[in-house]
Amino acid sequence: MFRSVGKWFDARLGLREAVMPVLKHPIPRGAAGPMGWWYVFGSASLTLLLIQILTGIALALVYVPSADKAYESLLFLNYQQPLGWFLRALHYYAGSGMIVMMLVHMTQVFLHGSYKYPRELTWVLGVLLLLCTMGMFFTGQVLRWDPDAYWGLAIGGSMAGRVPVAGPWLVQILLGGPVIGGDSLSRFFTLHVFVIPASLIFFLIIHLWLVIKYGISAPPVPGEKVDPKTYHEGYEKELKNGVPFLGDAMLKDILFSSLAVIVIVIIAAVVGPKGPTGPPDPALAGANPRPEWPFLWLFALLSLSPPAAETFLILVFPLLLIGILFLVPFISNRGERAPSRRPGAVLTVIVIYTILGTLTYQGATSPWSPEMTAWSGDPIPINMVKDKTPLQLQGALIFQNKSCRNCHALEGSGGRRGPDLTTVGTRLTRDQLIDQVSNGTPGGGNMPAFGKQISPAQMTALVEFMANLRPAGVPAAEPASNRTKVKEYP
Amino acid sequence: MPCPCDQLPSNHQPGRRTFLSKVTYGAGAIAAAMMGIPFVGYLFGTRKGEVDWVTLGPVKDFPLSQTRQVTFDNPLRQPWDGMVGRASVFVRNEGINEKEAKQQFLVLAANCAHLGCPVEWFQESGLFMCPCHGGVYYANGERASGPPPRGLYHCIYRVTKDKGIDQLQIQAPHFPTLQNTLKDPA
Repeated sequence: MFRSVGKWFDARLGLREAVMPVLKHPIPRGAAGPMGWWYVFGSASLTLLLIQILTGIALALVYVPSADKAYESLLFLNYQQPLGWFLRALHYYAGSGMIVMMLVHMTQVFLHGSYKYPRELTWVLGVLLLLCTMGMFFTGQVLRWDPDAYWGLAIGGSMAGRVPVAGPWLVQILLGGPVIGGDSLSRFFTLHVFVIPASLIFFLIIHLWLVIKYGISAPPVPGEKVDPKTYHEGYEKELKNGVPFLGDAMLKDILFSSLAVIVIVIIAAVVGPKGPTGPPDPALAGANPRPEWPFLWLFALLSLSPPAAETFLILVFPLLLIGILFLVPFISNRGERAPSRRPGAVLTVIVIYTILGTLTYQGATSPWSPEMTAWSGDPIPINMVKDKTPLQLQGALIFQNKSCRNCHALEGSGGRRGPDLTTVGTRLTRDQLIDQVSNGTPGGGNMPAFGKQISPAQMTALVEFMANLRPAGVPAAEPASNRTKVKEYP
Repeated sequence: MPCPCDQLPSNHQPGRRTFLSKVTYGAGAIAAAMMGIPFVGYLFGTRKGEVDWVTLGPVKDFPLSQTRQVTFDNPLRQPWDGMVGRASVFVRNEGINEKEAKQQFLVLAANCAHLGCPVEWFQESGLFMCPCHGGVYYANGERASGPPPRGLYHCIYRVTKDKGIDQLQIQAPHFPTLQNTLKDPA
């Protein structure tokens, strides 16, 4: 009965005729063997995209994209809507997983030289897909409508504002008005829900069409060079010996995707939803905005670069990076594919990931930011105040009160913008301490000048405290002039 | 009689055919422009408001040489902005200018001149510190340390009499992106 109904539909629709050949299209034998495990990351990205679409639609059933209600609707999702917390967590971690899978997929394609002739356009579409996904991440963070979202928009707006001439206009286009508010949220909601997903799916269709049209690239063999003149002939020969995609290759894809989904669901269930971190009140003290993890490297880069390079880094550098990514298949689109014969490609991957990893780590720990609560939150280690003179204790108080601690750690706790002062007494003399505190780093460097903020009496106490910050038995720093004198007149 | 069209060469009646195709292109272009121009205008149009003044409070509420954070509802907000429509500035009473006998204020944007993050005021050390990239400013708004290319932005203020009381007002600021905020850079 069902079978005959099914047959009737298939007779009318002709789906089997259209779909089966695509599913059964032959792929190179190697790609179905053990090497096939390298080919699972693209389909895993696709699987996670499907999860994103499903969870995204589900979240949109409850979320309110309005500046005065968005935060409340997120709290409702987290705490009242049954399983709302789980859907939010899943949407966040599947999105993160999608970026990871896309990066691995891209790296594999790069290392195996699969982007070379005739798959240049497939690579270009892949880069567009990555950009769309990054765009989804940024716009998604804005929808979380907490202080991070607000200040993320502020930073994005300030960056856009640096564009010469068109800056102010661009900021208005980006935010939808002269200030961040409901207009901005509506804009980013539209981008996140309509504009970017539509572009993403459009690019994806072309990407997949190209995959079907040119077939999956065979695992690279050292010495087998890509030459546009002979490539198609060789590939067709390989397919004569090929196996259908519907089989081992597809099973690997499905198995890996299933594992990825299982891992992500577990992470989502254990870790729970991300944010919102607090109400989106820009006047609230203690904001400590951080970008989402795919942008931490850029955050770090902007903190560590000299001010002169900054406008270039903000406006030109990202475009250069994207341009280079687009150009990869045109810079090298023939020749060797095997990584063992392309040490330059391997080195490039290692260097890029080392840089991105280091910057991301720096961005996550952000040692350049003052520790805003250290002055009142981090106590002075006991051994630094035990058995000290009243003057030194007074100095310790001044050290905390003047928020020195926000930038200077004692025994590792406190800010890390300036040096740790646990043993400063062994490095700087009293005169040097007074000079450093009053005048700061010469030439407007790292340390502000405190001269106007500290009275002579306070300075005496502070220097007395710091000059005695040294391990037992280690002598205090002495001026270099003392030493030369001893040498010259023994 | 069957139409002989398909037996004739296509250029047999050039007048009619080219006319139809030209009319089609023309109508298509007009339709696209009629729809497209207002659409693009909608997308890329910007609202231009008049200068709004915000009252921060009576002048006597700002003690001499003290920095106070003042939070207010930005008149540039939308009615549906909720708490996001709030903004804050740092106000410092600089006393009376002897030459002009005028009350002087220092009204500083609460947003870092680097990328707009909110700076925090530390009374004891007399410093503004930014939590994002570590910008630091002195009490007078000058850059002390970190990546900011300049000092904190100043707001345009005025003192007006309202019901016999001197009130401090500032121009509604375009915070936090610092675009169009000021005509006179600090």
